[in-house]
Amino acid sequence: MIKEIALIIVSVVFVNNFVLAKFLGLCPFLGVSQKTSSAIGMGAAVTFVMTLSSAITWIVYNFVLLPGDANIIAKVFPSIRELGLIEVLKTISYILVIATLVQLVEMMLRKMVPALYESLGIYLPLITTNCAVLGVALLNTTDSPKHLGFLQATVQGFGAGIGFMVAMLLMSGIRERLALVNIPPSLRGVPIAFICTGLMALAFMGFSGMVQ
Amino acid sequence: MAEQNNLKEFTKGIFQYNPLFVLVLGICPSLAVTTSVKNGLAMGGAATFVLVCSNFIISIVRSYIPREIRIPCFIVVIAAFVTMVELLMKAYLPPELNASLGIFIPLIVVNCIIMYRAESFAYKNKPFASVLDGAGLGLGWTLSLCLISSIREIVGSGTLFGLKVSESYQPASVMIMAPGAFIVLGLLLGFFNWRKLGKSEKSMKAVMKND
Repeated sequence: MIKEIALIIVSVVFVNNFVLAKFLGLCPFLGVSQKTSSAIGMGAAVTFVMTLSSAITWIVYNFVLLPGDANIIAKVFPSIRELGLIEVLKTISYILVIATLVQLVEMMLRKMVPALYESLGIYLPLITTNCAVLGVALLNTTDSPKHLGFLQATVQGFGAGIGFMVAMLLMSGIRERLALVNIPPSLRGVPIAFICTGLMALAFMGFSGMVQ
Repeated sequence: MAEQNNLKEFTKGIFQYNPLFVLVLGICPSLAVTTSVKNGLAMGGAATFVLVCSNFIISIVRSYIPREIRIPCFIVVIAAFVTMVELLMKAYLPPELNASLGIFIPLIVVNCIIMYRAESFAYKNKPFASVLDGAGLGLGWTLSLCLISSIREIVGSGTLFGLKVSESYQPASVMIMAPGAFIVLGLLLGFFNWRKLGKSEKSMKAVMKND
């Protein structure tokens, strides 16, 4: 059990890093990686939301969307038992879960941990449109190569968040150095950041094959 | 005059406000699906459909949406059209194309371009102008996807639309993997910046000469 969880974490942090191998969450990755402190804040907030949203979307997927006896809605409307709602409601229900969750986290943090809320600032509401959050929810519930259990799905969400944070931290370190270097004027800013990301992705390809 | 304005709404999305090379929006799908031109075209088409339809609907109902809850309203409209496009693609396109686009079709929901146009154009303008705006930006994005994907496909697998470019060429497969995508986009952005800088320098010199 512990071995399996460790494998999921290593796989999703290093081998299939969401930013560097799967191209998810690039907008905040480039937008917020100017300074190390904001990179850590954003990474922590995303990890938190990803873990919770993986857990909740797993429950929605298995008990509301999938056809079968476990479906709660089928108890009221029997015709849903065979078809399920998976084709038509998957995307909408996931994005609504994530949007509600982000709002909830924002309200809770403001009441309970005002200091953390202040330091995260505008990054919190932006998480709704972070495609890594929706991406991990969709990947958890595609059932390929196999159907994930509740714990595995949650751990995968947590690991993906950590992977995002690792990539952001490395990138912010690079960009703090880049600010001091003489770069050709046409490559300054975003283009050189992309090229650096490419080199980082090349380095992370060294992990491939370590875990399936 | 009105016709000229309409034309402008349409063409500004291709050059002046090109979503990928000028605004640098919608990066994630632009890199993930551009391993071949076919994928790039399919992705661009799907996103353009969603962009045009959601712009149209949001612009029709814009006076009924309160300002405070506009973002959730936009998301629901966009998500409905994304679900439609997903089902349509499953029905009419070959399964291997669907498999290679994978989760990036449902991820159109969180594509920044669509949200950006809903917020900054469709919420403030008439339906017809919004449709033109959506079509222009969608076309601009599709064209930039085609540019990236043709470079990556030619260099990375030595083919274009699945046809071999040259018999003796040995493909550099790193280009169709993750690092190649980042580097191609970085260099293309650099190239467009370089052209823009060159132009402004030229006009500066012309001004100096006239003086």
